[in-house]
Amino acid sequence: MFTGATLVVSAVLFTIGTIGVLLRRNAIVIFMCVELMLNAVNLTFVAFAERLGVAGQIFVFFVMAVAAAEAAVGLAIILAVYRHKETVDLQHINLLKG
Amino acid sequence: MHLVWLVPLLPLAGFLLNGTLALAKSRAKGIVSVIGVGTLLAAFGVAVYVVLDLARTHPDAPVVFRYWDWIPVGTLQVSAALQVDQLSAVMLLVVTGVGSLIHIFSVGYMHDDDGYARYFAYLNLFVFFMLTLVLGANFPVTFVGWEGVGLCSYLLIGFWFEEKVNADAGKKAFIMNRIGDFGFLVAMFLIWQHTGSLDYTTVFAQAPTALAMGGAVATAITLFLFLGCTGKSAQIPLYTWLPDAMAGPTPVSALIHAATMVTAGVFLVARTNVLFALAPLSQAVVAGVGAATALFAATIALKQWDIKRVLAYSTVSQLGYMFVGVGTGAMAAGIFHLATHAFFKALLFLGSGSVIHAMHHAYHATHSHEDAQDMRNMGGLARYLPWTCTLMWIATLAIAGIPPFSGFFSKDEILGAAFARGTTQPVWYVFWALGLGAALLTAFYMTRMMLYTFHGPNRTGSREETHLHEAPAVMTGPLVVLGILSLVGGALNLPSLVGGAAWLEHWLEPITAAGAALVHLPEVASSTAWTLIGTAVAIAIVGIVAALRLLDLTSLVPARSAPAETGLGRILNKKWYVDELYDACIVRPIMWFSRAVLWRVVDTGIIDGAGVNGAAATSRILGWLTSRLQTGELGFYAVIFVIGVVVVLSRALR
Amino acid sequence: MPSILAVVYWAFAGLAVIASAMCITRRNPLASALWLVQTLFCVAVLFTILHAPFIGVLQVLVYAGAIMVLFLFVIMLLNLGRSSGDLKGLVACAVGTVLGVGLLLDLRPIAHAGPPDAIMLPAGALDSMLVHQGVVGSVAGPLFDSYLVPFEITSLLLTAAIVGAVVLAKRKL
Repeated sequence: MFTGATLVVSAVLFTIGTIGVLLRRNAIVIFMCVELMLNAVNLTFVAFAERLGVAGQIFVFFVMAVAAAEAAVGLAIILAVYRHKETVDLQHINLLKG
Repeated sequence: MHLVWLVPLLPLAGFLLNGTLALAKSRAKGIVSVIGVGTLLAAFGVAVYVVLDLARTHPDAPVVFRYWDWIPVGTLQVSAALQVDQLSAVMLLVVTGVGSLIHIFSVGYMHDDDGYARYFAYLNLFVFFMLTLVLGANFPVTFVGWEGVGLCSYLLIGFWFEEKVNADAGKKAFIMNRIGDFGFLVAMFLIWQHTGSLDYTTVFAQAPTALAMGGAVATAITLFLFLGCTGKSAQIPLYTWLPDAMAGPTPVSALIHAATMVTAGVFLVARTNVLFALAPLSQAVVAGVGAATALFAATIALKQWDIKRVLAYSTVSQLGYMFVGVGTGAMAAGIFHLATHAFFKALLFLGSGSVIHAMHHAYHATHSHEDAQDMRNMGGLARYLPWTCTLMWIATLAIAGIPPFSGFFSKDEILGAAFARGTTQPVWYVFWALGLGAALLTAFYMTRMMLYTFHGPNRTGSREETHLHEAPAVMTGPLVVLGILSLVGGALNLPSLVGGAAWLEHWLEPITAAGAALVHLPEVASSTAWTLIGTAVAIAIVGIVAALRLLDLTSLVPARSAPAETGLGRILNKKWYVDELYDACIVRPIMWFSRAVLWRVVDTGIIDGAGVNGAAATSRILGWLTSRLQTGELGFYAVIFVIGVVVVLSRALR
Repeated sequence: MPSILAVVYWAFAGLAVIASAMCITRRNPLASALWLVQTLFCVAVLFTILHAPFIGVLQVLVYAGAIMVLFLFVIMLLNLGRSSGDLKGLVACAVGTVLGVGLLLDLRPIAHAGPPDAIMLPAGALDSMLVHQGVVGSVAGPLFDSYLVPFEITSLLLTAAIVGAVVLAKRKL
């Protein structure tokens, strides 16, 4: 019943997440905005699951599992970078310059 | 007749063999002579056989032999084909016959030269190209020969290229020829555009219907063809290369610049007579330029001191006569003069070669550095070179137009045709008058040449005199043959007026009939014809007698101490300053333009600067710009990423 | 008069949007994290309204309960506190906002997107499945049936993630 509305909401959440990725300098906060985008996508899947079957929910299940793994590894990387450079400010992590 | 392909192929084989020998730097003059002369004689033999076959079978259309498809591109179908008809038969005999005689002469003349093998290689190559030109069945094949003879002319004029003068002369000949070639090419384009074919048989069959009589297209085509002829046959304005071409060996001058290559223009007009018949304006232009050139060149020859220069200007003048002939529409007259001119001009050149050979020997023996070709250094050579003298007198009488020598018949027929056409269009009377004036001057300057060279006191020097001698038999033999031909060559086309059979005219009828049907050449009454003949002979005799009377042989001094020319004589000696005019008006501006604009601006500035350097600079700048994208900052990358996503989504979610 | 369900739905949808907006604009990363937790709660409610209660519970348990806790651990471990100048400069903010708006405009067609009628399930099919197979059973059934292979691979993925995280976070290898 709320399929259309949910799609709009998820689009808005996705956009807000993208703006957050573009606006912030802190690596961890950027990561959180990425999680926000993943959530928006989950919302879309569930919205369609009402029309197309339970496979949508199963997909969300897997997305969550992958998001968990990704969060673990990503935060570990951020910790490793922090140990090197004493900062998580993305503008200072530019060894790939040139 | 199907053996006609052998005729050009034999000299080509000679070129390849002699060329290999030349590259291998062999000193084997014997085998080179055998190959060089042998291939020509064999070609002449095959040519005679082909012509006899043609005469026997008497086809009413040209016999075309197609060998392979050369340029099959859409509607343009050009094949490598040779054509045997009455006109190419005449040219075939002239080229191979006179060519053989000159090859034999060269064996003696070039005997002491180091480039012997190279000379014969080039000479054979020239004959191959000339035969291709003459035998071609379509315009492109003829053009291959046309260009090829120009190339060989360049190679042979600049044969002794170590001297800059000779190399420059070769360049001048080639460049002026190229200007004419441009005309030929444009004419070919126009012909194909309007008739859809480049084969002679097809074009000439379609021309009367495809081109309007006197229309702009026909006139344009024929004028462009004539531009090519002025280049190749040294008419005004592209004639200045021919006198300079005398820098080459004398047999080359005889073969290329007297008998064969320069006649290619006349041959072309005769071949395309249908097209010229469709453009009366062009005919008048051809005859007018020819007549003007005839007179103009004759005036210059009056005051030249180099024996070969006199003959060169004489050639230009006589070519003018031939163009008057073919311009009138009397193709047979023009070709007749072409053949007789080949005989007596080749004889004159080879004879002068004999003289120069003797003079060289004499100066060589005394280690003198005088000019062996200047007539002021000659004189009284008749007692040392009797054969040469007699034979050259035969040629002189022929060229002056004294009956019964061959030149009289051919020259008279041309003048008669011009006069006949004048009865309907008065402008042709002017051409006739110019031709008559040129005849007077011709008789005068030829007699002058003979007197200065062979008669009067000898100015060569007392020590050199003992070394002057007649040329060896290998050189005088061809002279004798040519002398006989100059004497009796008139029999080729004796006019019906004197009871002859006009044999050449009838022989060429299948070629000239189509053109003659379009342009009606009026006949003159026989009484008028006899008057014309009488006038021409009288003029010739006046010229000879005037030379005998007016020229004082005893007042001449050798060239080293000769006084400078003054007044009109100076202008004539300096060739009316035409070369200087061309240099100032054409050569210098082009050189300036090339240096200042084409080199500095276009080549260095645009091509090097903007093109090559510019491309490099652009690459560098683009590279620098794109390297600025590699900031190493993840945030920047994220922005780019999202820009890409936005763009892609806007397209995908339309 | 809209139904109770619609009111609840729109209330929590609006709250989710506001919370996410707050998340991306807080200066303190800790505050950002907590606002994100709020967003996740609201989305979990939306899940439940959309006939996916199991997923909603999982959202709270896994996402809010595990992943966000991990985030909070790391934030507090790195002692970031109140960082200064966390937002990028004015130009970057403007560019980001413009791009965001552009993205939103691009996604307009999604509002009336929908599957073709041929493959659509009849209305209430999911509901009846929830009733017949139970809340957990409707998801678990296909998971261990049709989607067994991805399920097992996910377990491998999680193992790899564990190993990777441990290796990366060690001070000395």
